[in-house]
Amino acid sequence: MSIDRNKGENMNIIVCMKQVPDTTDVKIDPKTGTLIREGVPSIVNPDDKHAIEESLRLKEKFGGTVTVVSMGPPQAIDALKEVYAMGVDDTILLSDRAFAGADTWATSYTLGMGIKALGEYDLIFCGLQAIDGDTAQIGPQLAEFLDIPQVTYVKKVNIEGNELTVVRALEDGHMTVKVPMPALLTAVKELNRPRYPTMGGIIKAYREHETKVWSASDIEAEPANIGLEGSPTQVKRTFAPEPRGKVEIIEGDSAAEMVSGLVDKLKEKNVVR
Amino acid sequence: MDFRLNDEQEMIRSAVRELALNDIEPIAKEIDAESRHPAETIKKLAEMGIMGMMVSEEYGGSGSDAISYAIAVEEISRVCGSTGIIVSVNNSLACYPIEKFGTDDQKNKFLTPLASGAKLGAFGLTEPSAGTDAGSQRTVAQKEDGHYIINGSKIFITNGPVADTLVIFAMTDKSAGMRGITAFIIEKGMPGFSIGTEEDKLGIRGSQTGELVFQNLIVPEENRLWDEGRGFSIAMQTLDCGRIGVAAQALGIAQGALDRSVQYAKERVQFGKPIGKFQAISFMLADMETRVQAARYLVYSAAFAKDNQKKYSKEAAMAKLYAAETAMDITTKAIQIHGGYGYTKDYPVERYFRDAKITEIYEGTSEVMKMVISRALGL
Repeated sequence: MSIDRNKGENMNIIVCMKQVPDTTDVKIDPKTGTLIREGVPSIVNPDDKHAIEESLRLKEKFGGTVTVVSMGPPQAIDALKEVYAMGVDDTILLSDRAFAGADTWATSYTLGMGIKALGEYDLIFCGLQAIDGDTAQIGPQLAEFLDIPQVTYVKKVNIEGNELTVVRALEDGHMTVKVPMPALLTAVKELNRPRYPTMGGIIKAYREHETKVWSASDIEAEPANIGLEGSPTQVKRTFAPEPRGKVEIIEGDSAAEMVSGLVDKLKEKNVVR
Repeated sequence: MDFRLNDEQEMIRSAVRELALNDIEPIAKEIDAESRHPAETIKKLAEMGIMGMMVSEEYGGSGSDAISYAIAVEEISRVCGSTGIIVSVNNSLACYPIEKFGTDDQKNKFLTPLASGAKLGAFGLTEPSAGTDAGSQRTVAQKEDGHYIINGSKIFITNGPVADTLVIFAMTDKSAGMRGITAFIIEKGMPGFSIGTEEDKLGIRGSQTGELVFQNLIVPEENRLWDEGRGFSIAMQTLDCGRIGVAAQALGIAQGALDRSVQYAKERVQFGKPIGKFQAISFMLADMETRVQAARYLVYSAAFAKDNQKKYSKEAAMAKLYAAETAMDITTKAIQIHGGYGYTKDYPVERYFRDAKITEIYEGTSEVMKMVISRALGL
């Protein structure tokens, strides 16, 4: 799928968004091994908000549309209402009991089928990762499924004609990559500061906007590829690791003294020689 | 009867709360200390559509209900009372009368920029000798072919020194008393209009308060709001709406001081345990929580009455009276719970305490609220 375009033409951008529990400190029930969701409000996954913000900026610059797609239970509509209030054009929820229990492979497949059902696009934006699962697998798997190029850890985007110039945030520096569209990018928080939903947007989200809800059959998903059945990953057990080890604070009057204290300790434990 | 907010109102609360925590709270101490108008915050509030919340979309507003408006002022005031009143005055005292009483031309010209937040509004009624006795206006507007010449002054005008568009009141017929008062829309920069003394206040110091001086100020007839002699009615109806805003501001201040007190009671250890474990403190906090919630229901019920096109003058008066007294009570206790620390500027509760007091005074004192309520009882 390749679209010829000149600078200034309309961009069709799709953003994948996940509704997640509002905590970076997810607690696990020690008996059942599942996440404790009770009393934890749900929010738009933070990295996804950066993807939405950048998409809105690109739309403001080049024209076009931003469509947000999410897979989740019916209550994920709340998160879609919130991103609608930020200014996206349309929202789609892929929701079906048959999607339940999906691992990242089945989720990527489902999102991919939803995106295919949407039609042509220039750009797909995902957050780097979700704060509940932290896998960072959906973006890359989705790009593979759709057979389009992908750039992860994106902290800056420029568009020239049909080509994206993208800066990746790496641990020890950054990397500039050129990539033709359509492509998939995953956003890191350095990319931008997401806007707030507007009052008028919130009001429209609840009084006028209707999120389209698509089932497995709407997107022609193969039953064998979705939900628990379509998930090659088997979770054997989830548990909170026992706190382990003791912390030792190495004190000293100068950095050099503390470093030499540290080196001595490491030698003692045969970590360095 | 349903005591829950709807999803739209809940989302408005969480969106305003996010803005308040990220952008307003971090500078609240600074704008108080420097008596600085937070122009950068107003810009963000404008982008979110908070400067003209209840104004229709046609005129640059957000088209929200009054409950959502009260929630927004509450959440802003929960972190900064100064910013809360700047927002309340623009919404209730500037946008509201122009939308309700203005012509289409006046709405296009004056309301749209106020509601979108491109311009800031103020309301000039109070004079040195016309406070609670608002009917005894001395500012005079004399009609002369196609315009009015206004002379006089206004004092204690919130946003006055920084406002672009102001709704002011003047006597067009001295012999008619209150029925001789007329409202006008004036703009910064009009020849004959200047800002006089700016007040050095106890609280809400980030909100600018000052004197408006009119010396042969020429105002075109098309800037007159509604008919001659309707000014007092405009002022009273506008203040009914304003009282929902001030009540919400007082509620927010009370909630903010309570938030801080609960947090402090959990952290502060004396005699080997957090002070919140002592009944003297925990019962005080229980009373505070109860009172704040009671105030909240009064504020929302006044807004609910307005949303349902019911008379809400008494409801707004009760909400403002109770919420303002609650704000004073809660902030006083908040300092007590914080002890000596609470009396210093190292903790924000002293700012909440100073900000609370004005809510018992402006847009009608607590005594005026009792007049409104008792008259509604037929007394």
